[in-house]
Amino acid sequence: MNYIRITNHQTIPVSDIPELDYNSFFELNTGIIIDHPERHCVNYFGYHVDNRIKLICCIADDLTHEIYVSSCSTAIQTRLQAFTSKLLCFEKFEREIHENFGIDFVDHPWLKPVRYAFNRADKTKTIANYPFFKIEGEELHEVGVGPIHAGIIEPGHFRFICNGEQILHLEIQLGYQHRGLEQLFLTKKSMLQRATLAENITGDTVVGHTTAFSYLWESLCGYQASRDVHFSRTLALEMERMAIHVGDLSGVCTDIAYQLGSSVYGRLRTPLINFMQEWAGNRLSKGLIRPGRNQFPFTSSLAKRLTETFNAFEPDFNEVSDEFFKLPSVLSRLERTGVVTSADVQEIGAVGMTARMAGINRDIRTSHPYSLYPELKHEPILKHHGDVYSRVQIRKLEVNQSISYLKTLISQLPEQISPNADLNKPKANSFTISLVEGWRGEICHCAITDANGEMLLYKIKDPSFHNWLALALSVRNNEISDFPVCNKSFNFSYSGHDL
Amino acid sequence: MLSFVLILIASVFFTGIIVRTKSMASGRKGPGIMQPVKDVVRLFKKGAVYSRTTSFIFQIAPTIYFSSVVMAMMVVPFGQSRGFISFNGDFVFFAYVLALGKFFSIISALDTGSSFEGMGASREALYSLLAEPAFFILMGSFALLTGYTSFHEMFAALHLGSYISYAIAILATFVLVMIVMIENSRMPIDDPKTHLELTMIHEVMILDNSGFDLGLIMSAGFLKFALYGAIIANLFLGMVPYQYSIPLFFIIQGLLAVVIGLIESFIARFRMSHNPQFIFALTSVSLLIFFGVLLVLGKFV
Repeated sequence: MNYIRITNHQTIPVSDIPELDYNSFFELNTGIIIDHPERHCVNYFGYHVDNRIKLICCIADDLTHEIYVSSCSTAIQTRLQAFTSKLLCFEKFEREIHENFGIDFVDHPWLKPVRYAFNRADKTKTIANYPFFKIEGEELHEVGVGPIHAGIIEPGHFRFICNGEQILHLEIQLGYQHRGLEQLFLTKKSMLQRATLAENITGDTVVGHTTAFSYLWESLCGYQASRDVHFSRTLALEMERMAIHVGDLSGVCTDIAYQLGSSVYGRLRTPLINFMQEWAGNRLSKGLIRPGRNQFPFTSSLAKRLTETFNAFEPDFNEVSDEFFKLPSVLSRLERTGVVTSADVQEIGAVGMTARMAGINRDIRTSHPYSLYPELKHEPILKHHGDVYSRVQIRKLEVNQSISYLKTLISQLPEQISPNADLNKPKANSFTISLVEGWRGEICHCAITDANGEMLLYKIKDPSFHNWLALALSVRNNEISDFPVCNKSFNFSYSGHDL
Repeated sequence: MLSFVLILIASVFFTGIIVRTKSMASGRKGPGIMQPVKDVVRLFKKGAVYSRTTSFIFQIAPTIYFSSVVMAMMVVPFGQSRGFISFNGDFVFFAYVLALGKFFSIISALDTGSSFEGMGASREALYSLLAEPAFFILMGSFALLTGYTSFHEMFAALHLGSYISYAIAILATFVLVMIVMIENSRMPIDDPKTHLELTMIHEVMILDNSGFDLGLIMSAGFLKFALYGAIIANLFLGMVPYQYSIPLFFIIQGLLAVVIGLIESFIARFRMSHNPQFIFALTSVSLLIFFGVLLVLGKFV
């Protein structure tokens, strides 16, 4: 066997990962995925080992619940056959490796940089001289949007090539938010600093990223979290999913100028995040999740408050949803807008909600279960049209699903609250992978430690990393005025992508 | 004369009532009715910023736009009192003096060289172009019905007698209300509240205008609302004595503002490509009015 099979949140010695020569590495990893729709690449990255670069590829198999890890050592500044020549889903990973280490991938369609200010391997290339994709034509025009967003949320540049109102091509250039987070994880050594960094990977997935970090760290330190810790994490993950979905429904309403939906969904998000404030002291759930700790135990009085919140929330939510999902003027805006076909979604290796809206069953909660999800017997919600309407339906149904999960959970509160554990030092020369389903989709954190148990590499992958391409594909042949609603229906993270 | 003053007064409250209606429909208290006017007064106190890529057209356009609306106001009568100017065929003057103002706002948007504003200009031009037949068929039908071609004489002679004329009046009100929505860039054609340049029509054209110029454009918008409201009111005023017609005028204006506010609250905006279909539908409603008039006159069996 040329790869090692591990499960989610498992720590293995780095030496256990088989090291192949590039040709067999290439054949192996493309071979694993081709003709296997249940498998996809969760992370593919490189790092320096003694003046050489070690590439590690992790492929998740949804049926066996395992992750296949293999590695390859290669020289700096070499030319390698691109995985992308066979599988488009490796496109962005290879661009990242090219940008960071200057490896030239042969037969890669376009090794454009992933994150600016400047190319790490070639610092003369900056955003100022960046060559955008161009199509020449008398009747075509270019529209550049950003990097300052109209709603001043986060920066990203969108370059449209249009024929009148119709979009022919959209190029998305990100990287304006690059903060060097992965590097900061190595230089900041204290647990609090690292946990705070994880919280700030992307502001709307605080729980998702801290949970991924916590499981990863606990696994590295050989610590098994007790039930009440799992309980809090599951609860917080579902609360976050609900709050963001409701907020995004409000955003979609705003973008199609449906005032009733916009204000009612906007109002409904507030009790959810206010509950987080009652529980954790702030509405963003910061400080709630820490490795080896149950910072804010979920008490029966909180459970009572949550039940009250739901009793007030549910009737209003269902009423406004009934109105919203039946209103002809709304349906005319959402249906068949921003379609991404199932084949495209499969090809680009999209994850999470973006995969499920096109009928692809990809959900870490069932495929690589963690926390209390095995008990909840999670069944992913699938939609098949791949349009904006499918995406808003998924959001609505996932909110209903989360409510039912939370009701089940709080009916069986954990009896014991575990004391704060002192974690051991991380194991030396180890590799850990942690997959968590945030509200957007699968979050993947990987860590490698050196001989002293110090962090050698911390690799973060937000679901947006795979999924941004889905937005670019979805707006093709749509009207340019439908771009905002397509964008909002996905609501990808800029900072999670830029790190 | 009277109409000019009444339109001015109505315009002060019109946008405020729309905003207030929308706020209340969404369960909020909303700003005071005078807030939009206060905003404009604030803008009038500011200087304007001009981009270096723009020419003199960009600087004169807001003034021309504003004055075109004022000129259009002058031909609108009030019941039996005529406007400042009244002559045969003044409804053509009314339509084209507004079109002149719009033309200048379109070329001033193109003058900025921004790709957004170009898009907005092309949309605005398209939709006004499509709305024109509806207005002219409507006015032509009235001219045919009454035998006069000036606003004042037409409205004075317009009698609501038979059932068909009631039907005509209702259809005409509908067409005019929708023309108000199109001409003033309101929902469901355009969304005045959005912050997304890609979906705007009118708002995106004035992105580069600031300070005094922006104030002019916005106050022209208020006047335009009341202007069309006055035309709708005229359908019903006819020869009613002043003590009834003046309150009725304000009631109709207020009602129009509330209706616009409610439409904006409870439906989503149209997809851009559905707008032309919608505007063409108005033309066919106007044609219905035209055939109704032919029926009344007995020229069509």
